[in-house]
Amino acid sequence: MEAVVLVVVIVMLLSAVAVMLFKDFLAALAAMSVVSLGLSFLFVVVRAPDVAMTEAAIGAGLSSLLFALALRRLGLWRSQ
Amino acid sequence: MRRFTAALFLLGLGVMIAAIYQHMDFSNTAVNAGQAINAVAAEETGAANFVTSVVLAYRGIDTLLELTILFTAAMIGGMVLGRRRVDAPRDPDAGFILRTGADLLFPLLLVVGLYIILHGHLTPGGGFQGGVILASAFFLPLLARPGSSINQDVISIVEGLAGATFIIIGLLAMFDGKEFLTPLLDKGELGALISAGTLPILYLAVGIKVGSELAGLLAHLAEAEALD
Repeated sequence: MEAVVLVVVIVMLLSAVAVMLFKDFLAALAAMSVVSLGLSFLFVVVRAPDVAMTEAAIGAGLSSLLFALALRRLGLWRSQ
Repeated sequence: MRRFTAALFLLGLGVMIAAIYQHMDFSNTAVNAGQAINAVAAEETGAANFVTSVVLAYRGIDTLLELTILFTAAMIGGMVLGRRRVDAPRDPDAGFILRTGADLLFPLLLVVGLYIILHGHLTPGGGFQGGVILASAFFLPLLARPGSSINQDVISIVEGLAGATFIIIGLLAMFDGKEFLTPLLDKGELGALISAGTLPILYLAVGIKVGSELAGLLAHLAEAEALD
């Protein structure tokens, strides 16, 4: 189990760095929701399924949708 | 200068996390409120999910304020971002895959969202999580066909009724001579679908309120004109 958690944490850290490095806003958004998804997995591991569900639904799903719509409103959403 | 302050901030953050990691014993927490509530929650509220009993029974007013915050945030988000000129062009319809996928997923998402809301007092999940899923269910058709729109008046009426239900249930407890939002009705059998008194009704109100609010916000944002 520890190995799996380690892999998830490394993926989360890498995608968190990738959010800052990506030039394309939509790619950065996708990397951001990967961080949230990894976090929700970690919540399951520490036996907090309620929080995990909230994190997956709101952190990974809804907030990336809101960000995508805000990018669309500002004209920044087209892939380069 | 900015780089220097950023490095200083990172150094401080690192020292803080290292200090916490050194001194924190993860198996023995200093606060034992969780265990104390866990021991009595199922008996006192009748909810098998101990988180629900905290969210709706022991800390019901917190949830009411959370709903208020969400309402304010959604309203302001819609106000700031949701502008549209009359002659602004609309996006074309999405491709075949997204349109068919939206039609197929809509009923499934509806069932999953309602299941999570109605079983909030038994299994993990509840009004907030299920509400978000309901909102995404109603947003998906809009994503597939940008020309169509949700009736915002109906949404605000449904949202207002759900919020009023939550407060009225809380007030009913006061007419009974108890504190605001005290759980009423028969607790029933632990783990049965109809149990835990008013808690499932409260969660249903929360779910419908959150769902309609977020669906309205998403529809509002999708309706806004896009800059090029």
